[in-house]
Amino acid sequence: MPLITAEKLRDSYDVVIVGSGAGGGQTAYTLTMEGVKVLVLEAGRSFDVQTEVAMFQLPSQAPLRGVATPDKQYGFHDCSINSGWDIPGEPYTQAGKAPENQFRWWRQRMMGGRTNHWGRISLRNGPYDFKPRSRWGAGFDWPISYEDVAPYYDKVEMLIGVFGTNEGLENSPDSSPGVLQPAPKLRVGELYAQKHGKKVGAHVTSIHRAVLTQPQDAETLPAKLHPGNPKAQGILAEHMRNRLPCFWATDCHRGCTIRANYDSQTVHLRPALATGNLDILPNAMAREITIDKEGKATGITFIDKTTGREGHAKGRVVVLAASSMESVRLLLNSKSNLFPQGLANSSGKVGTSITDSVASGLGAYIPAFEGMPIHNEDGAGGAHAYVPWTLHAQNRNGELGFPGGYHLEFASGRRMPTLTTFSGIDSRSGSATTLFGARLKEDARRVHGCVLGFAAQGSMLPNDGSYCELDPEIKDRWGIPVLRFHWKWTEFERNQVRHQQKHIRELLEALGGSVKPFVEADLIESMKPGGSVIHEVGGAIMGSDAATSVTNQWSQTWDVKNVFLADGAPFASTADKNPTLTIMALAWRMADHLMDELKKGNI
Amino acid sequence: MSKPDCLPRIDRRAAIQWMLGAAAAIAARDTRLLAADDTAAPITAKGYGPDPSMVTIYKPGDVWPLTLTEPQRRTTRALCDVIVPADDTSPSASAVGVPDFIDEWISAPYPDQAKDRPLLLDGLRWIEEEAQRRHQTAFADLSGAQQTGICETFADAVKAKAIHAKAAAFFKRFRDLTFGAWCTTPEGMKAIGYIGNVPSVSFTGPPLEALKHVGLA
Repeated sequence: MPLITAEKLRDSYDVVIVGSGAGGGQTAYTLTMEGVKVLVLEAGRSFDVQTEVAMFQLPSQAPLRGVATPDKQYGFHDCSINSGWDIPGEPYTQAGKAPENQFRWWRQRMMGGRTNHWGRISLRNGPYDFKPRSRWGAGFDWPISYEDVAPYYDKVEMLIGVFGTNEGLENSPDSSPGVLQPAPKLRVGELYAQKHGKKVGAHVTSIHRAVLTQPQDAETLPAKLHPGNPKAQGILAEHMRNRLPCFWATDCHRGCTIRANYDSQTVHLRPALATGNLDILPNAMAREITIDKEGKATGITFIDKTTGREGHAKGRVVVLAASSMESVRLLLNSKSNLFPQGLANSSGKVGTSITDSVASGLGAYIPAFEGMPIHNEDGAGGAHAYVPWTLHAQNRNGELGFPGGYHLEFASGRRMPTLTTFSGIDSRSGSATTLFGARLKEDARRVHGCVLGFAAQGSMLPNDGSYCELDPEIKDRWGIPVLRFHWKWTEFERNQVRHQQKHIRELLEALGGSVKPFVEADLIESMKPGGSVIHEVGGAIMGSDAATSVTNQWSQTWDVKNVFLADGAPFASTADKNPTLTIMALAWRMADHLMDELKKGNI
Repeated sequence: MSKPDCLPRIDRRAAIQWMLGAAAAIAARDTRLLAADDTAAPITAKGYGPDPSMVTIYKPGDVWPLTLTEPQRRTTRALCDVIVPADDTSPSASAVGVPDFIDEWISAPYPDQAKDRPLLLDGLRWIEEEAQRRHQTAFADLSGAQQTGICETFADAVKAKAIHAKAAAFFKRFRDLTFGAWCTTPEGMKAIGYIGNVPSVSFTGPPLEALKHVGLA
């Protein structure tokens, strides 16, 4: 593996990228395939998906049956190391004390970043999602429209492999013909929800996820993705042939040794390395973007975590893809006489306009599933179906009391049991006492797979109370000032969660479940805290003028022409779609523009 | 991550064979269990840290020492088997190592488990005290009916108050841990009808009888 150490850095690179996840991986891929010399700095250690992920291990083979602990905050077998909400020596602080003002910040300190820990749900933003102000009179319009991004969605989907169907839905766009992999058959619980959800207007359909359901077409896709570039085509074809389709077992969150699902190392970094144009330096914690007298970026100062020494990587261009908040932190920490408020922050907007998916969930016991003939329902390691948002007519001008909408994710059937699967069995069995003995075993067998829960994830527009800044006092273990978060839910989010809870209850009832009515007092408790969904974006949003935004439509900072962002930081709002696919599409689009600018000598 | 051009080209069948083999090897190793530790030292051990080997197969006692005393383990074993007895189709909790898991939990150096530790250790004592009060015999030496009788009192929030204010909470927690630990073993999974975690070449969707079951065919 051609990872390098700090001593092996070249004197200079064309482009230095901070972060190896979805955005950094896509940027590195696009640039190196076209001959650009790239360095990727990753704060975490190298990680070998082939030998280090635990696909088939049972909970009984992990300490404490694999439950989450402060060391492994999403459970023992989750494909995350040195990662979590709370990392020793790497704090962040909260400006507010109330629970609804808290922000949780997941950091993934490992090669491939958060793409290791991901449900692989790959939904496109729709046309409305780019124009919230025009449509709903709130938030900011992005300086791009769906049509600008659509070709890049196609490219990313062909590259990473996304299954799904084209449904012709309003604001949940189709892919171009031949782009998507075939969707897997729906599970019985998903089909049941499809049939009965119709009664309450829920359109259950195939979800889009970055999992191969058949071998990638290595004969034709490379030429479509890299026209006129035989070297890139050859490398990509070889890598596509090395990926196997899903074998219909194991949770995608554990990682995939057969490379059926997408992670940044497997799909982006491997072919990028094969070009010979990429160096990757792990264990490098970026501290600051350095600049010259003219205010142009010259590279990145970093801490080599293996030695504690500071190093510097030089590049003609700097791309930040460290995760939205970490990239914001880097900009704010890059203070100089020329940029006293931090780099690219003449507008004062760096750190503002943070948004996250608005999320709540609800589950119920579905009696119709009792006694379901036993069969293997594992499938593609995650959902095959979801409920897209379709209430556009009702919400044309925000008439429901909130802009945008939400989609529903759900899991059904007999899944691998965990330590807590049966903790609620007594009430489910109508028992007033704690069940044990023969009856416990019988009832567990009867009720397993009968609980169905829906989780809503919806749009959020920026508000003036959700932002971050540097904490004036606290520094992390490397001496780097940390972020202090401010978080506020507005009436938009509260109204959306009220609607989510009501709609999910109706849906569960349509499936035969019984659910306690929603009470207003439960509202804040049913809203997951900001950051919980790990979809936080914004903080360096794109816009059409330098006074109100941090970057232009190419994710290029207004103030420093050779600094770009390739993670979620330029998102001007959160759609009712998961952000990762859009991060990759925008990164590819940004990288194309970056190369044009390099060729023209503009940067 | 190895160099891409050194990667072996594995075909799908080979990969699945390999996976099946690995899964079988993992299952075989799970049945080995540690002998009991005889001391109940305070928890000063370290956890597995933020970067443990995820592929390793762990047993209770591998990462931190077990701390139940032998009498506590006797009570634990007996109580586990009242909660999950053997039947014609599946083994008891103690037959698949659940008492070792309880010990691992009680002995763990993490906050959630540390919170459980006093309740679980007190509860084991309450169980013994109740066995002595009713039958002047250790819980493990009682008949099945006598053990069940005591558990029925603990399982009932109203009746359990006579034993201790937290007796019912103890029993619920102990039951959840015991049953959760049992149903996450291969034998327990099979017993409750989970038959996944095996690779296959295709996903054909639900069988006809499943569709019929919910009126979809």
